Amino acid sequence: MTQPLLEAEGLEKHFEVGGGGFFGLTPAVKLRAVDDVSLSIMPGETLGLVGESGCGKSTLGRLLLRLIEPSAGKIRFDGQDITTLGRGAMRAVRRGMQIVFQDPYGALNPRMTVEDIVAEPLVIHGKPSGEATRREVRAMLDRVGLPARAMERFPHEFSGGQRQRIGIARALILKPRLIVCDEAVSALDVSVQAQIVNLLQDLQREMGLTYLFIAHDLSVVRHISDRVAVMYLGRVVEVAAKQAIYGAPLHPYTKGLIAAVPASHPSLRSRGRRVRIAGDIPSAINPPSGCRFHTRCPHVMPVCRERAPALLETAPGHQVACHLTEIPPG
Amino acid sequence: MIEAEDIPERREHRATLRRLLRHRLFVSGLFLFGIVAVVAALAPFITDVDPNRLSMRNKFLAPGGNWVFGTDGFGRSLWSRVVWGAQLSMIIGASVVALNAIFGTLIGAAAGYFRRLDTMLMRVNDALMAFPAILLAIAVTSVLGPSTLNVILALSIVYIPRTARIVRSSVIVLREMEYVQAAVAAGAGHWRILRHHILPNAMAPMIVQLSFLFAYAVLSEATLSFLGVGAVPPTPTWGNIMSEGRDFMREAPWIITIPGIALMVTVMGLNLLGDGLRDVLDPRLRIQQ
Amino acid sequence: MSLLEVQDLTTAFMTGRGEVNAVEDVSFSLNEGEILGIVGESGSGKSVTALSIMGLLPSPPARIAAGQVRFAGQTLTGLSERQMQPIRGPGIGMIFQEPMTSLNPVFSIGDQIMETIRAHERLPQAQLRARAVAMLDKVGIPAAARRLDDYPHQMSGGQRQRVMIAMALACRPRLLIADEPTTALDVTIQAQILDLLMDLRDEFGMAIIIITHNMGVIAETADRVLVMYAGRVIEEAPAARIFDHPRHPYTRGLLECVPSLTEDRARLVAIPGTLPEPARRPAGCRFAPRCAHAEPSCTQAVPALESLEPSHTAACFRARELSR
Repeated sequence: MTQPLLEAEGLEKHFEVGGGGFFGLTPAVKLRAVDDVSLSIMPGETLGLVGESGCGKSTLGRLLLRLIEPSAGKIRFDGQDITTLGRGAMRAVRRGMQIVFQDPYGALNPRMTVEDIVAEPLVIHGKPSGEATRREVRAMLDRVGLPARAMERFPHEFSGGQRQRIGIARALILKPRLIVCDEAVSALDVSVQAQIVNLLQDLQREMGLTYLFIAHDLSVVRHISDRVAVMYLGRVVEVAAKQAIYGAPLHPYTKGLIAAVPASHPSLRSRGRRVRIAGDIPSAINPPSGCRFHTRCPHVMPVCRERAPALLETAPGHQVACHLTEIPPG
Repeated sequence: MIEAEDIPERREHRATLRRLLRHRLFVSGLFLFGIVAVVAALAPFITDVDPNRLSMRNKFLAPGGNWVFGTDGFGRSLWSRVVWGAQLSMIIGASVVALNAIFGTLIGAAAGYFRRLDTMLMRVNDALMAFPAILLAIAVTSVLGPSTLNVILALSIVYIPRTARIVRSSVIVLREMEYVQAAVAAGAGHWRILRHHILPNAMAPMIVQLSFLFAYAVLSEATLSFLGVGAVPPTPTWGNIMSEGRDFMREAPWIITIPGIALMVTVMGLNLLGDGLRDVLDPRLRIQQ
Repeated sequence: MSLLEVQDLTTAFMTGRGEVNAVEDVSFSLNEGEILGIVGESGSGKSVTALSIMGLLPSPPARIAAGQVRFAGQTLTGLSERQMQPIRGPGIGMIFQEPMTSLNPVFSIGDQIMETIRAHERLPQAQLRARAVAMLDKVGIPAAARRLDDYPHQMSGGQRQRVMIAMALACRPRLLIADEPTTALDVTIQAQILDLLMDLRDEFGMAIIIITHNMGVIAETADRVLVMYAGRVIEEAPAARIFDHPRHPYTRGLLECVPSLTEDRARLVAIPGTLPEPARRPAGCRFAPRCAHAEPSCTQAVPALESLEPSHTAACFRARELSR
């Protein structure tokens, strides 16, 4: 069996919210952005990560790259435990894992030329800026579909889709193995979004990339992913191959999420036909006890309020955290 | 196959400079401040009388004739004194701005970027900012003793915390930008991130602040001299000249009026210049104010 | 007679490069109780169209350069701000994309709803309050009477959008314009809000214009659809027809480039190129540079909306031959 390229074990991130105050007298409140998450990504696959706002999917993506430090848990990249690596050792690991951001405007330094932006990772990793680097940047821009003329331009001269191509070029220039796409196509107009999705898929094939594709758009995630993990309020509630997630979801939240996606044709309107998840997403500062979804779950049972269900395998490759699917003990 | 994309036509690059030169307030500010700066720079060439040469025969001469701006109670040429005073104002203003640019940036960037330093640096900052600016400046010069150098030091101590605060707040915003995250993800160190990604983008609000600071420094220096805690008389500073002219306001109003006008022109020029810079470089600030 | 009639509406903005038409020659009409979807991407002019109807564009820099808007028999274009006020509210209500910035943070939501009613009707305080509670209840805010004194920041994004809808409905408008009402919301909340809009239409019989970039929102709500691109209407048809028989290549592209939730596609059919900025729109058919079917003649003139079937129009020179 091949070993996962990236593995998280019991990963947690707590933020202290508020607190401090004058002389630090106000007690801080803990926000559990990511709470006991374990998952793995196999080389060459695309793992989709979906969930609504505040579910912690972006935080998880950044934790996995150690852009923020986890409060607890372990991260293994290519078999190596990187959770506590020092700055120097971590820098070497970073060559292998990169990130593409959502906001095509905030993700590029407005005062740097495209050439400098794309070359920066090379320079950081000790490549002298010169003709060889220029050639490498030019080749990478060509690969993401931008002409060499783009090199001396500044980010503000480009459209949203083109900026996203620049961001992808920067992420790929070090020839990484893993790319975290954090809502990488969410901010784009749909006609441009399709171009970038296609580009990401082409690059994956050509360069053998592994993706963690974080998004809230379930259709796009279905299109690009091999497996999908669903998060709700800091926890992973279901992980499975995409056919299983979309075809036979087990967790009531996954079901509700998919049912909420607008129809693709007026004759398939969902109003009055599909079960709606009622209510709002609770705050992650004081999450509900037990199963965090119990406040909105149509199948809530007394046990759901008391005990959080564990993420258990119900079928090969299909994990669910729900008391309904848990095999009753005894 | 990946389809190549066309990119838009090249856009005008020096747009900032062009927009500044089209900004009416900026241009009038630059003009006013420019006059004072040029006069100050040419002081040795456009004055023929030593600003401190006494000539009791010629005291209290009204402006006109050989004495462009007239003379004061000791028969000193007011033209020489005001022009050399302009030079001193420019030197003090520029020094305070330079010290602020260096130390304000250092402290502000350190506090904004390294969270651990933030609390400590900002408490000291807040304590210094709690004093009214001019009182603190008076206190510092009283301790250090009156001299041009000490005025520069005092005004820097007063204004650096304010500059640091502005730098810090831009750095805090910039630190969270995704391009900074991207640099971290690529393995960049703190120094690189500060130098390439944070400081260049924090420059705009800083430049705006420094142009206003120049005006405050010139004004505060005049106030300190006027109150007798600035550069020691007979050093020709606008504050000193005005202080000496105060007693003869009725008999020789030009002594206090002329340096007053010079001060007004300088401060107004700088403020207009600053407004223009703010509008062009940092339009968000305009809404806030 | 239709409730709303927009005729050859052209809205221009003064920019650094001179006057630019954000919206050009837009015509459509809307009947009582009908839901019209306006779909388009950024720069399509869909929001400007809505704001022009409401007279909410700041002038300068904006100005209605040509055309007419008629609402319930009254011409709105050319009305002064003062004359427009009684129409906003009881006539036309509007909700926006960002429910956070559309509500005033320093007033309770009850005050804001009552203020809206008070602007158009003189009612005693107790009745005002009862009406506000009823409105909040109607839009699905639980324990409405208790939430009346809450401030916007105490509510979630979905609840704020419900409050916005309650405010718009408080004056019982005959037409509600919803500008990207669910774009800022999560998908489960979006479904709730869309359901709510449909319920309210069924109950009050008001007409709704839903402006969106999302074909799914259109499929869920619209009776009729207007597709806009680069400031112009390029196709109009009943919703089912748009999905079954899109006639404009852009509409077809828009439907094809979105991945499906149910079927596998190896590759998305992307529309090449970039959306043109309003100041740099190409000559002739604005879509021609990105169109797979464009011919040299497409860049010569702007295609007019042409009737292809009863109640189905498209602005494409090749619409007839392509759909064969």
